[in-house]
Amino acid sequence: MMIKFTLTLLVVVLSFSPLAQAGESSHAVEKQNWGFNGPFGTFDRGALQRGFQVYTQVCSACHSMKYLSYRNLSDLGYDESQIKAIAAENTTIDMNELDEEGEPIERPMRPSDAFKNPYKNDQQAKYANSGALPPDLSLIAKARAGGPDYLYGLLTGYEEPPEGVVLASGQHWNKVMAGNKIAMANPLSDDVVGYSDGSPTTAAQYSKDVSEFLMWAAEPKMEIRKRTGIKVILFLLVFAGLMYAVKRKIWADVKK
Amino acid sequence: MSSGNREKLDNPVMEWVDSRLPIFSLLQKEYGIFPTPKNFNYFWNFGAIAMVMLSLMIITGIVLAMSYAANTEIAFDSVERIMRDVNHGWLLRYLHSNGASFFFIAVYIHIFRGMYYGSYKQPRELLWMLGVLIFLLMMATAFMGYVLPWGQMSFWGATVITNLFSAIPLVGDSIVTLLWGGFSVDNPTLNRFFALHYLFPFLIVGVVFLHVWALHVTGSNNPLGIEPKGKQDTLPFHPYYTMKDSFGIVVFLIIFAGFVFFAPNYMGHPDNYIPANPLVTPTHIVPEWYFLPFYAILRAITFDIAIPFTGLVLCPAKLGGVLLMFGSIAMLFILPFLDKHPVRSARFRPWYKIALILFVINAFVLGVCGGKPAEGFWVPLAQLCTVYYFAFFVVIIPFLNKKEPVVPLPNSINEAVLNKNTKAAS
Repeated sequence: MMIKFTLTLLVVVLSFSPLAQAGESSHAVEKQNWGFNGPFGTFDRGALQRGFQVYTQVCSACHSMKYLSYRNLSDLGYDESQIKAIAAENTTIDMNELDEEGEPIERPMRPSDAFKNPYKNDQQAKYANSGALPPDLSLIAKARAGGPDYLYGLLTGYEEPPEGVVLASGQHWNKVMAGNKIAMANPLSDDVVGYSDGSPTTAAQYSKDVSEFLMWAAEPKMEIRKRTGIKVILFLLVFAGLMYAVKRKIWADVKK
Repeated sequence: MSSGNREKLDNPVMEWVDSRLPIFSLLQKEYGIFPTPKNFNYFWNFGAIAMVMLSLMIITGIVLAMSYAANTEIAFDSVERIMRDVNHGWLLRYLHSNGASFFFIAVYIHIFRGMYYGSYKQPRELLWMLGVLIFLLMMATAFMGYVLPWGQMSFWGATVITNLFSAIPLVGDSIVTLLWGGFSVDNPTLNRFFALHYLFPFLIVGVVFLHVWALHVTGSNNPLGIEPKGKQDTLPFHPYYTMKDSFGIVVFLIIFAGFVFFAPNYMGHPDNYIPANPLVTPTHIVPEWYFLPFYAILRAITFDIAIPFTGLVLCPAKLGGVLLMFGSIAMLFILPFLDKHPVRSARFRPWYKIALILFVINAFVLGVCGGKPAEGFWVPLAQLCTVYYFAFFVVIIPFLNKKEPVVPLPNSINEAVLNKNTKAAS
């Protein structure tokens, strides 16, 4: 009975966590049926690669992902030579490698390099986006209540503003964004990215794939975490059973 | 700390050590044969569980500190590096961040158990007060630890909480400057919080030692709240309670592991994955869940206390809130001297039992209020709950001291256990 009480107490306590509370956006974020939901859920490698393609061809024009390096793409199922090729599509000015005149050289990027930042610094990013700083996307899936559901909702949430609402220039109406006004124009429309695996080239599919990719980017250790967790819980369950059996045996002669 | 008449040990090496430093005799006395009431329920596991969580926090914390950099420029990045590149760094960090929550869960249940069964009463007043001191140190440690990742909630939480001290008359502003190491929450603040966050757990260990020492002088309370009268009422601590504690610890760890591995960010706030930005204030600044009831009390005082018609403010709203927040912990501290009722266990105090259950519900409602923006009906609700929180200590408990009818107590623990088992058998 005491255990029941304690568990109930725990559940009640947890239901007060900030995450359990309603989000701030004016529109409830719809939960999607992600393959990575639940204790056994894993990322879909195809979706991750497609999502990376959407990021590279669309999002990366304005958004950095500074906590990711090209080498991390091995998680997406790319092999070493593919990763080298992907990295080498961009160049960087390397302050540690100088030519004979002492000037830093511009060289192709390597797997160990962080993803190319579209801007030299935040100031340039703001200037290019009429004052709004496009957030770094490395952690965006964990930095917004609702996570990937929110991202999908946001990317598919662009609408005509309701009648009577006047948007300032550079503002757009989004039903999921807090306050509904967002500086980013609708970035995705049908057929802007060509998929090679036959997946539908719709804005909704792009949104879904890129949201999954961003979830992986924010939590790249999710799969190993869950696999470890299953083993830990199984071990602890057996251990608890054993402890309970020993405890009962020891206590058997106490209460008569 | 001589253990008096020492029995010779069989093992010559152990005997050699023990005759010079009777550490084995001490362990045998305090954890081997230590007479413990035989009627503990599973609520008595939470002391041991809290001890396990404290150890876990110190171990994971020290290892995390090996990769963490306390500098505002790179603190956030270094945490991300731990999450992505350090071997098992994600595991260490999730154990540590969820460990804080589960440490508080264990300690809150431990405190509730003490209140329900009257464990704070004579002769265990000092034992209880040391416990409240541990709780206070934990709160300080947890608060400073939350600042270290240097996310948005870290920064703004630190700003809000340190600013509270400015409410203290005369010296308040100087105290805040001292805390910050400057004129705003910045790099010096982060540095000193890291140093103190590393120090405080060891202070906690010290007070835990005193807490356990005091426990081993008075012995444990028990669900009946009556003292053991002889051997028939007690059991040696080992193996009976070492085993029972082990089982309870493992069950607790299962729930803990469930969060660490399958919902590691459930109890965190998404804003703390945004790097600290002094120019952008989050919409709602909320502390970690375990502070929410106290945060609600802090914000409940929305009015100045002034002398009518003169406009002379005796106590500005901010100071009032701060006083009540610290007062809410002070109430726990002096609880042993407020509650003079001779009976310990709420099992035999029907009125106190109701008042205490209401107190717990009240604390949960305060927690909900603390998590909501301070507007609309949440404000009067928090005020109402704050009134009950304090009334419980300064009105209800003193009232019950004289008025509460006493339900007859069993003669001894043994008798109660035997009666219960014969009833269960028939």
